[in-house]
This record gives sequence, structure tokens and C-alpha cells, in this order.
Amino acid sequence: MAMTMVQKILAKATGLPSVKVGDVVEPRVDVAMSHENGALVISQFNEVYRGTGLEAKVWDPRRIVLILDHRVPAESSKTATNQKKIREFVAKQGIPNFHDIRGDQGGICHQILPENGYIRPSYVVVGTDSHTTSHGALGSFAFGIGATEMASVWTLGSVLNVEVPATIKVVVNGKFPKHVAPKDLILHLIGKVSAEGANFRVIEFHGETIRKMSTSGRLVICNMSVEAGATSGIVPADEETLRYLREEAHVADEIDMMTPDPDAEYDDVIEIDASSLVPQVACPHTVDNVRPITEVEGTTLNQIVIGSCTNGRLDDLEHAADILKGKKVAPGLRMLVFPATWRIYKQALKKGYLEQLVDAGAVIMNPGCGCCLGVHQGALGDGEVALATTNRNFKGRMGNPNAEVYLCSPATAAASAITGVITDPRKEG
Amino acid sequence: MARVVMTLGDDISTDTIYPGRFMATVLPTETPMFAFADYAEFNQKVKNKELEPGSVIVAGWNFGCGSSREQAASCLNGPGLVIVARAFARIFLQNSINLGLRTVICPDIEASEGDDLEISETQVVNKTTGKTYAVEPLPKARQAIVDAGGLIPYTRKRLLERE
Repeated sequence: MAMTMVQKILAKATGLPSVKVGDVVEPRVDVAMSHENGALVISQFNEVYRGTGLEAKVWDPRRIVLILDHRVPAESSKTATNQKKIREFVAKQGIPNFHDIRGDQGGICHQILPENGYIRPSYVVVGTDSHTTSHGALGSFAFGIGATEMASVWTLGSVLNVEVPATIKVVVNGKFPKHVAPKDLILHLIGKVSAEGANFRVIEFHGETIRKMSTSGRLVICNMSVEAGATSGIVPADEETLRYLREEAHVADEIDMMTPDPDAEYDDVIEIDASSLVPQVACPHTVDNVRPITEVEGTTLNQIVIGSCTNGRLDDLEHAADILKGKKVAPGLRMLVFPATWRIYKQALKKGYLEQLVDAGAVIMNPGCGCCLGVHQGALGDGEVALATTNRNFKGRMGNPNAEVYLCSPATAAASAITGVITDPRKEG
Repeated sequence: MARVVMTLGDDISTDTIYPGRFMATVLPTETPMFAFADYAEFNQKVKNKELEPGSVIVAGWNFGCGSSREQAASCLNGPGLVIVARAFARIFLQNSINLGLRTVICPDIEASEGDDLEISETQVVNKTTGKTYAVEPLPKARQAIVDAGGLIPYTRKRLLERE
């Protein structure tokens, strides 16, 4: 039977010759990731074992990855206590893959996983974070789950009762115009299919534009697939996947270069011409409220944010630094930059991007998620407006329900930093 | 009979149900105090325990979109609320089922605050307006978890079978 990527991955993870859409399966898990909400997973995990007379031991400590990133360093005693609980659990269970709040290993979970070689094509990856969809960029089936579901995974090593999802095939051809980026592509797609258009389905990315796209860009489009409701976004493995895993993630072992069958059945096929795209902006307060930049140019801004699991990678910082080199952030505007990981931070430091950004007036923050979801630094004042390269603009997202968040690419954010209003980066040369 | 205590539109995100700034609070016993924290009037009713268990929130499409934070389900489960929505986002629906929060998928539902509903496995009757709406059954994969009383007892059973 011809199978899509997700069907092939789930067949492999269940030891079945094939699976059909709608089949209920219990795939074994290759990677199980949690961040600070690991504290809740720990209490639910202990709850599973309560009254059983068994010692609470995770199924395989080597397959669990714990990363502190949401509120780092801790903003409150409550968070610090949760983080302490996670450290103690890691030590007790002998979990080797723990990324603490440290310059030599820390950062945002969705960049830590790929850059440290935890993710491989054909893997089943679960994370207690909705943006776990990111890891489909390396050909895995990666999806977000809640803390109780993760407690179940820690106990049994598989996800219980997964329905094999249908797949939407998105085919992208054509060359991106200057200053148009993968972020603009995914915002355009979300606007097109709506915030629930891919609910309970997987998006599989194909076409010449995807083949030529770097892993960094693929992480952007898979990261935000969840904003269309998708269970996961997947880019089938190819030469770029292999290059990234060998050269950047230093993976030495054998890699299953799984691809979908050419005659696999798709629920829907969407074709996009990248060469016709213009910079896109998601307007308050839903991610699918997407407009071409020409419709929102001139909107007055109070804060620019460049960073997050969506757009905090080296090429994002390079693009922003290039545009801001020798220029100044507009008076009265705050510009916050947070690289996705400390590895990226150090690379951007060496290449001089951080100095260029600071000279322009930006503030460099330590890698973490806090500002994006309004839990740690960078909160907005009443009536303020932010333009951010992050992934969500829901009411209250940046810490204040009386503020507005617009989403865009790093180029649009950098160009707008100079003027203080939403600005088309194509006009900045 | 169940009273509708709040009606909401489409795309209600987990940032609205349980704002990110309260995410350091994780225990299901503590999360209800921040349920819909930015909807002051409703939040106060939850805090004061004024809502009868079984009271209903009626919502539109894509309820619970966004973050995987389980607090969004546990904060509504604590006071025993029932959510009737046209459709739910995947992770929120799964979290609700795992924790035992009652979620009813009712694509045509129409109701106003103060209406009385009669909810069964197959339909929702709005006793106030006299109209009846069909209920979509939960996907079969999820019904097994509901039947076991939630994912923790379900997992515990599987663990004991394995041992």
C-alpha cells in the first residue's frame, strides 16, 4: 500500500507492514522532550505509579530530553522550585540529556533538539510543547502533547491510541524574491487554510523551493504548521537533511532517509508559487489574520522582537544585522533580540551580528522563550503594539491583553525597527 | 439540566483560557483560580465557587487552539465545567480527555448565556429555545481513555498488565 510520510513513520514505529489513515496505533517513541512543564509531567508520572507498589522508573532515560527554556533564569521562586524539581528528577532517573541554564548547552528546546542531533528522519518525536511540530523539518513525525500524555509516554515508551492522520500535500515552487523568506511562506499558507484548516492532519512539504531551502527555513515552516492546526509539518529527508545532520548536528550513525511513496494518497494538495509572494504580516489577534505587508505599512510600533523557536537562528540574526548595519532603531522604539540557543548566540557574537544590532540600539537577551509568550521579560504596556518574528499573536500573548502583536519575518522586523512603523523590507534595499 | 454560564466566539486560544503569565502554576488544584483570568467577571465566579458543577461554556470553532499547556484543561476541569464547542483544537481536546474534562463536539450549537441545555451522547437540546443539535461522537481512539476514567488510570492499567 502506498503511504505518506506519517503513515510510513507510524508503520515503522509499530512494526506493521503498513497503516491506513484512521487506524488506531500505539507507536513507540524515539524522543520525548519536555521543558519547565516537566515539573507537571513528574507529578503526573508519580501519580501513575501511585498505589501500584512499583518503583517509578522512566521507560528509557536515554530517550527523554529535558530543557529549561521558558523562564530562564527563573523569574520567580515558584519557577525556580519547579526547575529544581526537574534537576532532582534528572539526577534520580539518570537522564543523560538535560540542558540546564548554561551558556555551554542551553537554549530553546526546538533549536536544542535539532542542533544536538537528537532528531533523525523517520523518528516519532513527542514534546510537551505545541511547537514540537518544528522537528518534522528533519523528516520526523513530531507533535505536541500535554503533560499527562507525556507521563504516560515516560511510563510505557509509546503514545497510546494515536489515530493515523490524513495528510495535506503542500507543493512550493519558484524562487523567493529578495527579502521574502520561509516565514512569509508559512504565514501565507496559514492565512490561506485558516487557523483550523489542517486540524488533526499533517502537512507534508514538497517542491523545488523546499528542496533548496536550508534546514533553518524548514524549521520555520514546520514550527508554524501548528498555527494552521496541523498535528505535524513534515519535510521528507533529502540531501540537505543529510548535510545538516552530518555537518551541523554531528550525527555519525546510520540515517533512514525515508521518503513518501510517489503514489501516496493525500487529503488535499495545495500549490504555492514562492516567486509571487510579498512579505506577509499576521495581524492581531489570530495567526491566520494574514495580510500582505502593503495593507499594514505605516502601523506605529512600540516594540520589535527578533528571536524565538521560529526565527532566532543564525541566518535570521544575519538578515536583521545586515539591514540594521550602520542604522539606528527609531527613537521611542524598543528592539529586543533573543537568539534561539547559546550556540547561535556565540556564532552571532563571533560574526559581529550582535555588535551591529547593539550599535543600532537593540537589546540582546539570553536565549529563552519568555518574551514570546509573555512569561519572562519584554512585556507590553497597555495600548502598545509589537512587531515580532515569533509565532503567536493571541490576545494577551506578550503579557498584556490590552496590547497588540503583529507577526512577520526578521527582514520586516529589522526594516520596521529603523522607521518605527511597519515597513516593507524591499524598500530598505 | 445544565446552565450556560458563558458563550464565546471562534479561535479561543489557550492564552485566553489560561494566560501564559500564570504558567508557573501547574497543579490542577491551583489552576482554576486563573481560568479566563482576563475575563474578570467569569474568573471571579470560578474563584468564588459560584458555578454549579456541570455548568456549560458554549464556544465556536477551534476552541483551545495554541499552546499544549495542560493548565487550560485542568483549570476548567477543577470547577466541573462542560465545554460545548463547534470544534476543538487537537491538543486541547486530547488534554481534556486525558484529564476527564467533559468536551462535547456540537458543530451547529447555538445558545446564549442563561440558556438551559440537556446534553446526551448524541444530542444537545437547548431547552430555552427548543432547538436540538447533533453531537459528533469522540474519535474511537479517545473514547477508550474516557471509558477508563482518564489517561492516568488507563496508563496505570497498562503498566500493571505489562508487569
